[in-house]
Amino acid sequence: MKTPMFSRRALLKGSAAVGAGLTLGFRLFPRGAGSAHAQTAGVFAPNQWLSIDRDGLVTITNSVPEMGQGSMTTTTIIIADELDADWNKIRVNQAPADPKRFANPVTGSQSYGGSRGVRDHIEMWRKSAAAAREMLRQAAADEWGVSVDSVDTEPGVVVHRSTGRKLAYGQLVDRAQALPVPQSPKLKTPDKFRYIGKNLHRLDAPEKATGRGIYGMDVQVPGMLVASIERAPVVSGAKVQSFDATAAKAIPGVKHVVQVTNGVAVVADRFATAVAGRRALKVTWDLGPMVQVSSAQISSEYAALSRQPGQVARKDGDVEKALAGGGRTLEAAYEVPYLEHACMEPMNATARITPEGCVVWAPTQNPGGTQATAARIAGVPPEKVTVNTTLLGGGFGRRGEIDFIVDAVETAKAAGAPVKLMWTREDDIQHGFYRPATYNVFRAALDGGGMPVAWAHRIVGPGILAQKGRMPGNTTVDPAAVAGARDLPYDIPNLQVEWLNKDFGVPLGFWRSVGSSQNAFITESFIDELAHSAGKDPFEYRRALLGKSPRHKAVLELAATRADWGSPLPAGRARGIAVAFSYGSYAAHVIEASVAADGAVRAHRVVCAIDCGIAVNPDQVKAQMEGGAVYALTAALYGKITVERGAVQQSNFHDYPMMRINEMPVVETFILDSGEAPGGLGEPGVPPVAPALCNAIFALTGKRVRTLPIRPEELKKA
Amino acid sequence: MITLVVNGKQQRVDAAPDLPLLWAIREDLRLTGTKYGCGMALCGACTVHLDGTPIRSCVTPISAAAGKKVTTIEGLSPQGTHPVQRAWVELDVPQCGFCQSGQIMSAAALLAQKASPTDADIDSAMAGNICRCGTYQRIRAAIHRAAALKKGGAR
Repeated sequence: MKTPMFSRRALLKGSAAVGAGLTLGFRLFPRGAGSAHAQTAGVFAPNQWLSIDRDGLVTITNSVPEMGQGSMTTTTIIIADELDADWNKIRVNQAPADPKRFANPVTGSQSYGGSRGVRDHIEMWRKSAAAAREMLRQAAADEWGVSVDSVDTEPGVVVHRSTGRKLAYGQLVDRAQALPVPQSPKLKTPDKFRYIGKNLHRLDAPEKATGRGIYGMDVQVPGMLVASIERAPVVSGAKVQSFDATAAKAIPGVKHVVQVTNGVAVVADRFATAVAGRRALKVTWDLGPMVQVSSAQISSEYAALSRQPGQVARKDGDVEKALAGGGRTLEAAYEVPYLEHACMEPMNATARITPEGCVVWAPTQNPGGTQATAARIAGVPPEKVTVNTTLLGGGFGRRGEIDFIVDAVETAKAAGAPVKLMWTREDDIQHGFYRPATYNVFRAALDGGGMPVAWAHRIVGPGILAQKGRMPGNTTVDPAAVAGARDLPYDIPNLQVEWLNKDFGVPLGFWRSVGSSQNAFITESFIDELAHSAGKDPFEYRRALLGKSPRHKAVLELAATRADWGSPLPAGRARGIAVAFSYGSYAAHVIEASVAADGAVRAHRVVCAIDCGIAVNPDQVKAQMEGGAVYALTAALYGKITVERGAVQQSNFHDYPMMRINEMPVVETFILDSGEAPGGLGEPGVPPVAPALCNAIFALTGKRVRTLPIRPEELKKA
Repeated sequence: MITLVVNGKQQRVDAAPDLPLLWAIREDLRLTGTKYGCGMALCGACTVHLDGTPIRSCVTPISAAAGKKVTTIEGLSPQGTHPVQRAWVELDVPQCGFCQSGQIMSAAALLAQKASPTDADIDSAMAGNICRCGTYQRIRAAIHRAAALKKGGAR
């Protein structure tokens, strides 16, 4: 089998531009070759990503789980465009777990996070579809006995240019199927794009507007029982010492009570019975070391540790010398809390173990990890595990974890029956994988003109990759802990970023935009402090420091222009601005905000400029910016998970509140068409939002928010 | 045994009278468009109509629904063409979509009461429905659009 290597091309500038030199390899499985990609009569299936039947129906396989980001539609747009498919004759399947065929070609795994859907796959998908289109053209040329150069494609048909003769793709299936698969098919030039760059409707909107879409929670399997797990009172590290299930088993409908890794599972005929069974359980826990941990202590230990040096993540020039140089200096400390993802659909999965293998239905970002985990627990090879990825009721990074898969497969195994394992909202908030809480100290020095000559940033907190044992081999600085801080774009001659790893054991996870979510707040607030200290306009101050970062500068300028930066606002309102790079894209936000007499903060208008290289579906780019703004505003206004004696104190939406429609600002998104290689979108709309809001609060009140969430009591008028 | 009238159909549910209506709808009647999100009437994902009024089915015992007309997302319109549903598709409101059944049921109830809701009407009718994907701006626009569709004769 050949493993063709393709160089990444910048889509809008042809082959000469961005990313040149970056090479990635992926494998297109020709029909029948190697894997389970079977050859079916009457179906043209040149590779694992698409097939066409004799009726001309195109079936596209989407490997990226649909968690709201629109992957089902975006994948289809990319493949359909290069194939020249008829948009109305397409069906989309969700890929099974089969990393050999469907792994992300960049990460090599079938786990999806990091806003990687488009940017990691677009070239492979385009090549796959281009190969198919070349074969269809060749098939038609053979049919007509003409040169392949004399035929073109239009949606769903091959056309002979000189005579106008046409053959539909469905009519060419058998001939095309017999042709060799070209290994270096020619891609369309961007001016020929039919679907990329247009606003196409989401393919999943109708099923989501009618209740027909099937999420993990909605899965029904014959003979299925429903289970819920009584979990430890502490967030991690506890073990079941013993349990008494007598009362639980006495409840009609309770079928089994079994101990599993994450607690004691009550398996019942329905969810309410399983939950009632949990309440009737008597579990004795060995609580482990977490019972010693509380948020107040975390904060104070962080603050104490911040006086010690950390590992150097970046060092330009000599900050200590510059700080001692006699110019004006500033110091500040910033703190951010743990956060939980709060996907609308609580965690769940369904598993069935048979002598032949295991089937899992799961709303997962990680089909590959699901397969491997289920195989381990069921004691079968991975190939014997079928993973059906359902729609995801939110992902945000939470559903890349496999804890709820472990729950379902272990419980199904112990119960000897198919089991749908469901979490309550309380389970979800109290047993999550949290965005790290961190404490940050800054020291900066300004020159005579007020511009920064030294920037020293020390981050104290845990590292997600470090905690998970997934550190890259070449460093001891967790990239996730310093993302958005180490890559500060401002031109400051003496710059040092340090990370001091302090982990209290609260489980950590990848929360929409990860390190950048808090580090953009911290750095974009402190640069704002420097601007105000220098008596300069915060937009112009940033702009003057972005000479080496033209893409930051361009989105910053676009946002400022569109937001009428500097123009008068009604009394009681002010603007704040911020810019950040994350996950391959550049975003800048200007937020207009007000603060009520009682200190309540309101964002009224959010202007976002985004440079994601190429906007495959511009309206959905906007949707991601709208969603990112809400996710980030919720965190800035309300988000806080605290731990007391090892237990998460929040439990549901009354004490872990979410932004609602009555608080929704107007979000205006402007896409900067840079022509660069594609960037991510799920995450980049988050990082600049909290700092833009807090910078607006400062402009309005003179009070600097250095701790999230925003505390209205500190902003209320005396 | 409790008899419910769901989407115009009489249904018998063999469950305790205090079983939340949500679970009768989802597990007994297998209508899974109505979602569980919080179990405490805090998020609105479980919204259905009880005699036309939007209620949180996760805290409504089936005994309270006996003899009343329950409408779920599946029964809002036979073909999924209620003006609210059409507007939702037209404006590409859903992202993950999990909350949208509840959003649509709240919006449909609002439009049944007010043909031309203001933004303030929308705020008060929809504030009980959380969307973590942050589709609120499109929800607002789609409710206005649905109002226009309805006036244009769509049903």
